[in-house]
Amino acid sequence: MSPAPSDWRPSASLETLKKRAQLLEAVRAFFSTRGVLEVETPLLSAAAAPDVHLDSVPARLHRPGIGEETRWLPTSPEYPLKRLLCAGYGDVYALGKVFRDGDESRRHQPEFTLLEWYRLDYDLPQIMAETAELLQHLLQRGVPDFFTFDELFARFAGIQDPFSAPAEAFRAVLADRGIDIAGVAPHERGLWRQLVLTEVIEPQLAARELVFVYGYPAQEAALAALHPHDPHRALRFEVYWHGMELANGYEELRDAKIYRQRFEQWNAARAAAGKRPMPLDTHLLAALEASGGLPPASGVALGFDRLVMAATGAACIDAVIAFPVPRA
Amino acid sequence: MASYSTSEFKNGLKFLLDGQPCVIVSNEIVQPGKGQAFNRVKYRNLITGRVLEKTFKSGEKVEAADVMDTELQYLYNDGEYWHFMDPESFEQYQAGEAAVGDNAKWLVEQDMCSVTLWNGEPIAVTPPKQVTLEVTDTDPGLKGDTAGTGGKPATLSTGAVVQVPLFVQIGDKVIVNTQTGEYVSRAK
Repeated sequence: MSPAPSDWRPSASLETLKKRAQLLEAVRAFFSTRGVLEVETPLLSAAAAPDVHLDSVPARLHRPGIGEETRWLPTSPEYPLKRLLCAGYGDVYALGKVFRDGDESRRHQPEFTLLEWYRLDYDLPQIMAETAELLQHLLQRGVPDFFTFDELFARFAGIQDPFSAPAEAFRAVLADRGIDIAGVAPHERGLWRQLVLTEVIEPQLAARELVFVYGYPAQEAALAALHPHDPHRALRFEVYWHGMELANGYEELRDAKIYRQRFEQWNAARAAAGKRPMPLDTHLLAALEASGGLPPASGVALGFDRLVMAATGAACIDAVIAFPVPRA
Repeated sequence: MASYSTSEFKNGLKFLLDGQPCVIVSNEIVQPGKGQAFNRVKYRNLITGRVLEKTFKSGEKVEAADVMDTELQYLYNDGEYWHFMDPESFEQYQAGEAAVGDNAKWLVEQDMCSVTLWNGEPIAVTPPKQVTLEVTDTDPGLKGDTAGTGGKPATLSTGAVVQVPLFVQIGDKVIVNTQTGEYVSRAK
Protein backbone atom coordinates (compact mmCIF):
# COMPACT_ATOMS: atom_id res chain seq x y z
CA MET A 1 0.00 0.00 0.00
CA SER A 2 1.51 3.32 -1.01
CA PRO A 3 1.26 6.11 1.56
CA ALA A 4 -1.34 8.85 1.09
CA PRO A 5 0.19 12.10 -0.22
CA SER A 6 -0.53 13.86 3.10
CA ASP A 7 1.46 11.26 5.10
CA TRP A 8 4.51 13.53 5.16
CA ARG A 9 2.68 15.67 7.71
CA PRO A 10 3.10 15.05 11.45
CA SER A 11 0.10 13.37 13.08
CA ALA A 12 0.61 15.35 16.32
CA SER A 13 -0.21 19.06 16.52
CA LEU A 14 2.46 21.62 17.37
CA GLU A 15 0.58 22.34 20.60
CA THR A 16 0.76 18.64 21.58
CA LEU A 17 4.47 18.44 20.77
CA LYS A 18 5.06 21.51 22.98
CA LYS A 19 3.19 19.78 25.81
CA ARG A 20 5.25 16.64 25.15
CA ALA A 21 8.50 18.62 25.42
CA GLN A 22 7.29 20.24 28.68
CA LEU A 23 6.51 16.80 30.12
CA LEU A 24 9.97 15.48 29.18
CA GLU A 25 11.50 18.44 31.01
CA ALA A 26 9.20 18.01 34.01
CA VAL A 27 10.07 14.30 34.33
CA ARG A 28 13.79 15.08 34.22
CA ALA A 29 13.41 17.89 36.77
CA PHE A 30 11.43 15.59 39.10
CA PHE A 31 14.16 12.95 39.15
CA SER A 32 17.03 15.43 39.15
CA THR A 33 15.61 17.03 42.33
CA ARG A 34 15.42 13.57 43.92
CA GLY A 35 18.97 12.60 42.97
CA VAL A 36 17.99 9.89 40.48
CA LEU A 37 20.55 9.69 37.67
CA GLU A 38 19.46 9.68 34.03
CA VAL A 39 21.30 7.01 32.04
CA GLU A 40 21.13 5.72 28.48
CA THR A 41 20.87 2.01 27.82
CA PRO A 42 21.72 0.05 24.64
CA LEU A 43 19.36 -0.12 21.69
CA LEU A 44 21.34 -2.95 20.08
CA SER A 45 21.42 -5.67 22.69
CA ALA A 46 22.73 -9.22 22.27
CA ALA A 47 19.92 -10.43 24.56
CA ALA A 48 16.17 -9.95 24.44
CA ALA A 49 13.29 -10.20 26.89
CA PRO A 50 11.98 -13.78 26.87
CA ASP A 51 8.49 -12.75 28.15
CA VAL A 52 5.96 -14.94 26.35
CA HIS A 53 3.81 -11.99 25.32
CA LEU A 54 6.59 -9.68 24.14
CA ASP A 55 8.11 -9.82 20.68
CA SER A 56 11.43 -8.07 20.12
CA VAL A 57 12.47 -6.45 16.86
CA PRO A 58 15.75 -7.84 15.47
CA ALA A 59 18.52 -5.80 13.89
CA ARG A 60 21.52 -6.99 11.90
CA LEU A 61 25.02 -5.84 12.73
CA HIS A 62 28.32 -6.44 10.90
CA ARG A 63 31.18 -6.31 13.39
CA PRO A 64 34.77 -6.06 12.17
CA GLY A 65 36.65 -9.27 12.88
CA ILE A 66 33.49 -10.94 14.22
CA GLY A 67 31.02 -10.94 11.37
CA GLU A 68 27.27 -10.75 11.19
CA GLU A 69 25.30 -10.73 14.44
CA THR A 70 21.64 -10.50 15.29
CA ARG A 71 20.98 -7.82 17.87
CA TRP A 72 17.65 -6.98 19.51
CA LEU A 73 15.96 -3.65 20.06
CA PRO A 74 14.89 -3.43 23.71
CA THR A 75 11.28 -3.97 24.82
CA SER A 76 12.30 -2.04 27.96
CA PRO A 77 15.58 -0.85 29.57
CA GLU A 78 15.00 -3.14 32.58
CA TYR A 79 17.98 -5.47 32.20
CA PRO A 80 20.75 -2.87 31.70
CA LEU A 81 19.25 -0.69 34.46
CA LYS A 82 19.37 -3.67 36.82
CA ARG A 83 23.02 -4.25 35.85
CA LEU A 84 23.72 -0.67 36.95
CA LEU A 85 21.98 -1.38 40.28
CA CYS A 86 24.17 -4.47 40.72
CA ALA A 87 27.25 -2.38 39.87
CA GLY A 88 26.36 -0.03 42.74
CA TYR A 89 25.49 3.03 40.61
CA GLY A 90 22.52 3.91 42.82
CA ASP A 91 19.10 5.23 41.77
CA VAL A 92 18.81 5.40 37.99
CA TYR A 93 16.28 6.10 35.28
CA ALA A 94 16.08 5.85 31.50
CA LEU A 95 13.75 7.85 29.28
CA GLY A 96 13.90 6.64 25.70
CA LYS A 97 12.63 4.54 22.85
CA VAL A 98 11.63 0.90 23.21
CA PHE A 99 10.22 -1.48 20.61
CA ARG A 100 7.52 -4.16 20.66
CA ASP A 101 6.82 -6.01 17.45
CA GLY A 102 3.20 -6.47 16.43
CA ASP A 103 1.78 -3.85 18.79
CA GLU A 104 -0.29 -1.36 16.86
CA SER A 105 -3.60 0.02 18.08
CA ARG A 106 -5.18 3.22 19.37
CA ARG A 107 -2.94 2.82 22.43
CA HIS A 108 0.07 1.00 20.98
CA GLN A 109 2.92 1.77 18.63
CA PRO A 110 5.72 -0.73 17.89
CA GLU A 111 8.19 2.12 18.62
CA PHE A 112 7.34 4.16 21.70
CA THR A 113 8.89 6.08 24.58
CA LEU A 114 9.21 4.52 28.00
CA LEU A 115 10.23 6.03 31.34
CA GLU A 116 11.70 3.45 33.68
CA TRP A 117 13.24 4.17 37.08
CA TYR A 118 14.66 2.23 40.02
CA ARG A 119 14.90 3.21 43.67
CA LEU A 120 17.20 1.39 46.05
CA ASP A 121 15.66 0.26 49.36
CA TYR A 122 12.12 1.27 48.32
CA ASP A 123 9.38 -1.24 49.09
CA LEU A 124 6.09 -1.53 47.18
CA PRO A 125 4.17 1.13 49.20
CA GLN A 126 7.07 3.59 48.84
CA ILE A 127 7.43 3.16 45.08
CA MET A 128 3.64 3.42 44.63
CA ALA A 129 3.69 6.63 46.66
CA GLU A 130 6.46 8.10 44.50
CA THR A 131 4.64 7.09 41.31
CA ALA A 132 1.50 8.80 42.62
CA GLU A 133 3.48 11.96 43.42
CA LEU A 134 5.05 11.99 39.95
CA LEU A 135 1.70 11.55 38.20
CA GLN A 136 -0.17 14.03 40.41
CA HIS A 137 2.58 16.54 39.66
CA LEU A 138 2.73 15.92 35.90
CA LEU A 139 -1.03 15.69 35.35
CA GLN A 140 -2.04 18.23 38.03
CA ARG A 141 -4.51 15.78 39.52
CA GLY A 142 -5.69 14.82 43.00
CA VAL A 143 -5.08 11.71 45.05
CA PRO A 144 -5.50 8.45 43.07
CA ASP A 145 -7.76 5.53 44.02
CA PHE A 146 -5.95 2.46 45.36
CA PHE A 147 -7.39 -1.06 45.07
CA THR A 148 -5.89 -4.43 45.79
CA PHE A 149 -6.33 -6.97 42.99
CA ASP A 150 -8.99 -8.68 45.19
CA GLU A 151 -10.88 -5.44 45.87
CA LEU A 152 -10.85 -4.64 42.16
CA PHE A 153 -12.48 -7.96 41.20
CA ALA A 154 -14.96 -7.84 44.10
CA ARG A 155 -16.05 -4.30 43.40
CA PHE A 156 -16.19 -4.24 39.59
CA ALA A 157 -16.91 -7.88 38.69
CA GLY A 158 -18.57 -9.32 41.80
CA ILE A 159 -15.84 -11.97 42.15
CA GLN A 160 -14.90 -12.21 45.82
CA ASP A 161 -11.69 -14.19 45.54
CA PRO A 162 -9.96 -13.89 42.17
CA PHE A 163 -7.05 -15.96 43.48
CA SER A 164 -9.09 -19.09 44.15
CA ALA A 165 -12.25 -18.55 42.06
CA PRO A 166 -12.58 -21.31 39.42
CA ALA A 167 -12.47 -20.63 35.67
CA GLU A 168 -16.29 -20.98 35.54
CA ALA A 169 -16.71 -17.96 37.82
CA PHE A 170 -14.79 -15.75 35.37
CA ARG A 171 -16.53 -17.26 32.36
CA ALA A 172 -19.93 -16.63 33.95
CA VAL A 173 -19.15 -12.93 34.47
CA LEU A 174 -18.23 -12.60 30.78
CA ALA A 175 -21.26 -14.62 29.63
CA ASP A 176 -23.62 -12.50 31.80
CA ARG A 177 -22.45 -9.44 29.91
CA GLY A 178 -22.77 -11.12 26.52
CA ILE A 179 -19.02 -11.01 25.90
CA ASP A 180 -18.17 -13.61 23.27
CA ILE A 181 -14.63 -15.05 23.39
CA ALA A 182 -12.87 -17.27 20.84
CA GLY A 183 -9.75 -19.37 21.29
CA VAL A 184 -9.61 -19.83 25.07
CA ALA A 185 -10.09 -23.36 26.46
CA PRO A 186 -12.62 -23.70 29.33
CA HIS A 187 -9.94 -24.54 31.90
CA GLU A 188 -7.54 -21.65 31.08
CA ARG A 189 -8.28 -19.86 34.33
CA GLY A 190 -5.53 -17.24 34.04
CA LEU A 191 -6.74 -16.12 30.61
CA TRP A 192 -10.40 -15.96 31.71
CA ARG A 193 -9.34 -13.86 34.69
CA GLN A 194 -7.34 -11.57 32.39
CA LEU A 195 -10.40 -11.23 30.12
CA VAL A 196 -12.60 -10.20 33.06
CA LEU A 197 -10.00 -7.56 33.82
CA THR A 198 -9.72 -6.19 30.25
CA GLU A 199 -13.33 -6.66 29.07
CA VAL A 200 -15.33 -6.04 32.25
CA ILE A 201 -13.26 -4.13 34.81
CA GLU A 202 -11.07 -1.80 32.73
CA PRO A 203 -14.09 -0.27 30.91
CA GLN A 204 -15.52 0.65 34.34
CA LEU A 205 -12.24 2.31 35.32
CA ALA A 206 -12.72 4.66 32.36
CA ALA A 207 -14.83 6.87 34.64
CA ARG A 208 -11.91 7.35 37.05
CA GLU A 209 -8.71 9.30 36.60
CA LEU A 210 -5.74 7.62 38.34
CA VAL A 211 -6.29 4.13 39.72
CA PHE A 212 -3.55 2.01 41.34
CA VAL A 213 -4.04 -1.76 41.49
CA TYR A 214 -1.59 -3.86 43.49
CA GLY A 215 -0.98 -7.42 44.65
CA TYR A 216 -1.20 -9.34 41.36
CA PRO A 217 -1.35 -13.14 41.14
CA ALA A 218 2.07 -14.82 41.31
CA GLN A 219 1.54 -16.26 37.80
CA GLU A 220 1.59 -12.66 36.53
CA ALA A 221 4.57 -11.60 38.62
CA ALA A 222 6.96 -11.01 35.68
CA LEU A 223 10.11 -9.98 37.60
CA ALA A 224 8.39 -8.83 40.78
CA ALA A 225 9.16 -10.39 44.16
CA LEU A 226 6.46 -12.52 45.78
CA HIS A 227 4.77 -11.43 49.00
CA PRO A 228 6.94 -12.82 51.86
CA HIS A 229 3.92 -14.24 53.74
CA ASP A 230 1.65 -15.01 50.82
CA PRO A 231 3.51 -16.53 47.85
CA HIS A 232 0.31 -16.44 45.72
CA ARG A 233 0.66 -12.69 45.48
CA ALA A 234 3.30 -10.73 43.61
CA LEU A 235 4.54 -7.34 44.82
CA ARG A 236 3.49 -5.75 41.57
CA PHE A 237 1.25 -2.78 40.80
CA GLU A 238 -0.32 -1.18 37.76
CA VAL A 239 -1.55 2.36 37.25
CA TYR A 240 -4.55 3.15 35.08
CA TRP A 241 -5.60 6.48 33.66
CA HIS A 242 -9.31 6.41 32.70
CA GLY A 243 -9.03 2.62 32.30
CA MET A 244 -5.86 2.80 30.15
CA GLU A 245 -2.71 1.09 31.49
CA LEU A 246 -0.17 3.80 32.20
CA ALA A 247 2.53 2.24 34.39
CA ASN A 248 3.63 -1.07 35.84
CA GLY A 249 5.91 -1.43 38.84
CA TYR A 250 7.45 -4.00 41.17
CA GLU A 251 9.22 -4.46 44.35
CA GLU A 252 11.98 -6.27 42.52
CA LEU A 253 12.84 -9.92 42.55
CA ARG A 254 16.35 -10.27 43.99
CA ASP A 255 17.44 -13.91 43.80
CA ALA A 256 19.71 -14.62 40.81
CA LYS A 257 18.60 -18.26 40.67
CA ILE A 258 14.94 -17.28 40.41
CA TYR A 259 15.74 -14.83 37.59
CA ARG A 260 17.31 -17.66 35.63
CA GLN A 261 14.38 -19.97 36.50
CA ARG A 262 11.75 -17.47 35.33
CA PHE A 263 13.66 -16.71 32.11
CA GLU A 264 13.93 -20.42 31.34
CA GLN A 265 10.24 -20.98 32.14
CA TRP A 266 9.29 -18.14 29.79
CA ASN A 267 11.47 -19.45 26.99
CA ALA A 268 9.89 -22.89 27.45
CA ALA A 269 6.44 -21.27 27.27
CA ARG A 270 7.54 -19.41 24.13
CA ALA A 271 8.64 -22.66 22.53
CA ALA A 272 5.33 -24.29 23.54
CA ALA A 273 3.48 -21.38 21.90
CA GLY A 274 5.49 -21.87 18.71
CA LYS A 275 7.59 -18.75 19.31
CA ARG A 276 11.34 -18.50 18.99
CA PRO A 277 13.15 -18.65 22.37
CA MET A 278 15.17 -15.47 23.04
CA PRO A 279 18.87 -15.32 23.92
CA LEU A 280 19.05 -14.82 27.71
CA ASP A 281 20.78 -11.74 29.08
CA THR A 282 23.92 -13.44 30.35
CA HIS A 283 25.32 -10.05 31.44
CA LEU A 284 22.34 -9.50 33.74
CA LEU A 285 22.55 -13.04 35.13
CA ALA A 286 26.31 -12.63 35.71
CA ALA A 287 25.72 -9.26 37.44
CA LEU A 288 23.09 -10.78 39.74
CA GLU A 289 25.32 -13.75 40.55
CA ALA A 290 28.39 -11.58 41.17
CA SER A 291 26.58 -9.22 43.55
CA GLY A 292 24.60 -11.83 45.51
CA GLY A 293 21.35 -10.88 43.80
CA LEU A 294 19.77 -7.54 42.99
CA PRO A 295 20.14 -5.03 45.84
CA PRO A 296 16.76 -4.33 47.52
CA ALA A 297 14.96 -1.99 45.11
CA SER A 298 11.68 -1.15 43.42
CA GLY A 299 11.15 0.02 39.88
CA VAL A 300 8.47 1.36 37.56
CA ALA A 301 7.95 1.47 33.78
CA LEU A 302 5.67 4.25 32.59
CA GLY A 303 4.46 4.68 29.01
CA PHE A 304 5.49 8.23 28.20
CA ASP A 305 3.32 8.55 25.07
CA ARG A 306 0.28 7.52 27.12
CA LEU A 307 1.25 10.09 29.73
CA VAL A 308 1.10 12.72 26.97
CA MET A 309 -2.29 11.29 25.93
CA ALA A 310 -3.47 11.70 29.54
CA ALA A 311 -2.15 15.26 29.74
CA THR A 312 -3.68 16.35 26.42
CA GLY A 313 -6.87 14.26 26.42
CA ALA A 314 -5.84 12.53 23.17
CA ALA A 315 -7.84 9.34 22.47
CA CYS A 316 -5.29 7.91 20.04
CA ILE A 317 -1.53 7.48 20.51
CA ASP A 318 -0.93 8.78 16.94
CA ALA A 319 -2.04 12.21 18.15
CA VAL A 320 0.94 12.52 20.53
CA ILE A 321 3.72 11.19 18.24
CA ALA A 322 4.96 13.33 15.36
CA PHE A 323 5.58 10.39 13.06
CA PRO A 324 4.03 7.10 14.20
CA VAL A 325 4.90 3.92 12.30
CA PRO A 326 2.56 4.41 9.31
CA ARG A 327 4.30 7.77 8.67
CA ALA A 328 7.78 6.88 9.89
CA MET B 1 -9.78 -23.71 2.42
CA ALA B 2 -7.72 -20.62 3.10
CA SER B 3 -7.63 -19.27 6.61
CA TYR B 4 -6.66 -16.01 8.28
CA SER B 5 -4.75 -15.55 11.52
CA THR B 6 -5.71 -12.69 13.86
CA SER B 7 -2.56 -10.85 12.73
CA GLU B 8 -4.14 -10.58 9.25
CA PHE B 9 -7.43 -9.16 10.57
CA LYS B 10 -8.46 -5.85 9.03
CA ASN B 11 -11.65 -4.04 8.14
CA GLY B 12 -13.45 -5.63 5.23
CA LEU B 13 -11.94 -9.11 5.71
CA LYS B 14 -14.55 -11.79 4.97
CA PHE B 15 -14.52 -14.92 7.10
CA LEU B 16 -16.72 -17.79 8.25
CA LEU B 17 -18.10 -17.92 11.76
CA ASP B 18 -20.34 -20.82 12.80
CA GLY B 19 -20.71 -21.59 9.09
CA GLN B 20 -21.96 -18.11 8.19
CA PRO B 21 -20.12 -15.49 6.11
CA CYS B 22 -19.15 -12.38 8.08
CA VAL B 23 -17.17 -9.21 7.39
CA ILE B 24 -14.91 -7.40 9.86
CA VAL B 25 -16.21 -3.91 10.68
CA SER B 26 -13.54 -3.01 13.24
CA ASN B 27 -10.57 -4.75 14.80
CA GLU B 28 -9.00 -3.49 18.02
CA ILE B 29 -5.93 -5.11 19.55
CA VAL B 30 -6.10 -5.53 23.32
CA GLN B 31 -2.51 -5.99 24.52
CA PRO B 32 -1.96 -5.75 28.27
CA GLY B 33 1.63 -4.83 29.20
CA LYS B 34 2.09 -8.23 30.85
CA GLY B 35 -0.47 -10.51 29.31
CA GLN B 36 -1.93 -12.36 26.39
CA ALA B 37 -3.01 -10.22 23.42
CA PHE B 38 -6.56 -10.42 22.08
CA ASN B 39 -8.32 -8.95 19.05
CA ARG B 40 -11.65 -7.28 19.87
CA VAL B 41 -13.55 -7.64 16.62
CA LYS B 42 -16.83 -6.10 15.46
CA TYR B 43 -18.25 -8.00 12.52
CA ARG B 44 -21.37 -8.05 10.40
CA ASN B 45 -23.06 -11.33 9.63
CA LEU B 46 -23.62 -11.03 5.87
CA ILE B 47 -26.72 -13.23 5.98
CA THR B 48 -28.59 -11.55 8.83
CA GLY B 49 -26.95 -8.12 8.57
CA ARG B 50 -26.49 -8.06 12.36
CA VAL B 51 -23.36 -6.46 13.79
CA LEU B 52 -21.87 -8.44 16.69
CA GLU B 53 -18.66 -8.47 18.73
CA LYS B 54 -16.23 -11.28 19.40
CA THR B 55 -12.86 -11.24 21.16
CA PHE B 56 -10.28 -13.60 19.63
CA LYS B 57 -7.16 -14.81 21.38
CA SER B 58 -4.26 -13.61 19.22
CA GLY B 59 -2.98 -16.37 16.98
CA GLU B 60 -6.47 -17.86 16.48
CA LYS B 61 -7.41 -18.66 12.92
CA VAL B 62 -10.68 -18.22 11.07
CA GLU B 63 -11.67 -19.77 7.78
CA ALA B 64 -11.84 -17.43 4.79
CA ALA B 65 -15.28 -16.94 3.27
CA ASP B 66 -15.57 -17.07 -0.51
CA VAL B 67 -17.55 -13.85 -0.71
CA MET B 68 -17.43 -11.35 -3.58
CA ASP B 69 -19.41 -8.34 -4.72
CA THR B 70 -20.36 -8.34 -8.38
CA GLU B 71 -22.41 -6.13 -10.71
CA LEU B 72 -25.34 -8.06 -12.18
CA GLN B 73 -28.32 -7.07 -14.30
CA TYR B 74 -31.76 -7.71 -12.78
CA LEU B 75 -33.92 -9.72 -15.21
CA TYR B 76 -37.25 -10.71 -13.63
CA ASN B 77 -39.05 -12.20 -10.66
CA ASP B 78 -40.74 -15.57 -11.13
CA GLY B 79 -42.83 -15.31 -7.99
CA GLU B 80 -40.24 -17.06 -5.85
CA TYR B 81 -36.81 -16.00 -7.10
CA TRP B 82 -35.31 -12.82 -8.46
CA HIS B 83 -33.17 -13.61 -11.50
CA PHE B 84 -29.96 -11.78 -12.34
CA MET B 85 -27.43 -12.06 -15.18
CA ASP B 86 -23.77 -11.26 -15.60
CA PRO B 87 -23.90 -9.08 -18.77
CA GLU B 88 -20.45 -10.24 -19.87
CA SER B 89 -20.56 -13.99 -19.26
CA PHE B 90 -24.39 -14.23 -19.55
CA GLU B 91 -24.24 -16.45 -16.46
CA GLN B 92 -27.51 -16.33 -14.54
CA TYR B 93 -28.08 -16.27 -10.79
CA GLN B 94 -31.25 -16.58 -8.72
CA ALA B 95 -31.66 -14.76 -5.44
CA GLY B 96 -34.21 -15.77 -2.82
CA GLU B 97 -36.29 -13.74 -0.37
CA ALA B 98 -33.52 -13.80 2.27
CA ALA B 99 -31.01 -12.16 -0.09
CA VAL B 100 -33.37 -9.58 -1.58
CA GLY B 101 -35.48 -8.70 1.46
CA ASP B 102 -36.91 -5.17 1.53
CA ASN B 103 -34.88 -4.21 -1.52
CA ALA B 104 -37.39 -6.07 -3.73
CA LYS B 105 -39.36 -2.85 -3.99
CA TRP B 106 -36.42 -1.10 -5.70
CA LEU B 107 -35.65 -3.76 -8.30
CA VAL B 108 -36.31 -2.55 -11.84
CA GLU B 109 -35.84 -4.88 -14.79
CA GLN B 110 -32.61 -4.19 -16.73
CA ASP B 111 -31.07 -2.19 -13.82
CA MET B 112 -27.53 -3.08 -12.72
CA CYS B 113 -27.41 -4.15 -9.07
CA SER B 114 -24.56 -4.98 -6.72
CA VAL B 115 -24.98 -8.62 -5.75
CA THR B 116 -22.92 -10.27 -3.01
CA LEU B 117 -22.13 -13.88 -3.86
CA TRP B 118 -21.12 -16.46 -1.27
CA ASN B 119 -19.81 -19.68 -2.81
CA GLY B 120 -21.37 -18.40 -6.05
CA GLU B 121 -24.86 -17.91 -4.53
CA PRO B 122 -26.43 -14.46 -4.02
CA ILE B 123 -26.75 -13.56 -0.33
CA ALA B 124 -27.38 -9.81 -0.62
CA VAL B 125 -28.70 -7.53 -3.34
CA THR B 126 -28.09 -3.77 -3.35
CA PRO B 127 -30.12 -1.80 -5.90
CA PRO B 128 -28.68 1.28 -7.70
CA LYS B 129 -28.64 4.46 -5.57
CA GLN B 130 -31.45 5.90 -7.70
CA VAL B 131 -34.19 4.07 -9.58
CA THR B 132 -36.95 5.30 -11.90
CA LEU B 133 -40.43 3.95 -11.18
CA GLU B 134 -43.95 4.64 -12.45
CA VAL B 135 -46.65 5.98 -10.13
CA THR B 136 -49.54 3.50 -10.14
CA ASP B 137 -51.65 5.15 -7.47
CA THR B 138 -51.84 8.52 -5.77
CA ASP B 139 -54.65 10.87 -4.76
CA PRO B 140 -55.41 12.97 -7.86
CA GLY B 141 -57.59 15.39 -5.88
CA LEU B 142 -54.69 16.92 -3.99
CA LYS B 143 -53.69 19.76 -6.30
CA GLY B 144 -52.83 23.38 -5.85
CA ASP B 145 -49.28 23.90 -4.69
CA THR B 146 -47.33 23.28 -7.91
CA ALA B 147 -44.11 24.47 -6.31
CA GLY B 148 -44.05 21.12 -4.59
CA THR B 149 -43.94 22.17 -0.97
CA GLY B 150 -46.57 19.85 0.57
CA GLY B 151 -46.60 16.12 -0.18
CA LYS B 152 -48.74 13.02 -0.52
CA PRO B 153 -48.12 9.27 -0.58
CA ALA B 154 -47.76 7.57 -3.96
CA THR B 155 -47.67 3.84 -4.72
CA LEU B 156 -45.11 2.89 -7.37
CA SER B 157 -45.12 0.02 -9.87
CA THR B 158 -43.05 -2.20 -7.58
CA GLY B 159 -45.33 -1.64 -4.60
CA ALA B 160 -43.01 0.89 -2.92
CA VAL B 161 -44.80 3.81 -1.26
CA VAL B 162 -43.02 7.18 -1.19
CA GLN B 163 -43.94 10.76 -0.34
CA VAL B 164 -44.20 12.78 -3.55
CA PRO B 165 -45.03 16.44 -4.28
CA LEU B 166 -48.68 17.28 -4.91
CA PHE B 167 -48.17 17.79 -8.65
CA VAL B 168 -47.15 14.18 -9.27
CA GLN B 169 -49.91 12.22 -10.99
CA ILE B 170 -50.71 8.57 -11.78
CA GLY B 171 -48.65 7.49 -14.79
CA ASP B 172 -45.75 9.86 -14.03
CA LYS B 173 -42.29 8.38 -13.74
CA VAL B 174 -40.34 9.44 -10.65
CA ILE B 175 -36.74 9.04 -9.52
CA VAL B 176 -36.33 7.69 -5.97
CA ASN B 177 -33.27 7.41 -3.73
CA THR B 178 -33.20 3.74 -2.70
CA GLN B 179 -31.05 4.34 0.38
CA THR B 180 -33.37 6.87 1.99
CA GLY B 181 -36.62 5.88 0.21
CA GLU B 182 -37.14 9.55 -0.71
CA TYR B 183 -38.48 11.12 -3.90
CA VAL B 184 -35.74 12.90 -5.89
CA SER B 185 -37.51 14.30 -8.98
CA ARG B 186 -39.84 13.54 -11.83
CA ALA B 187 -38.17 11.58 -14.62
CA LYS B 188 -38.21 13.16 -18.09
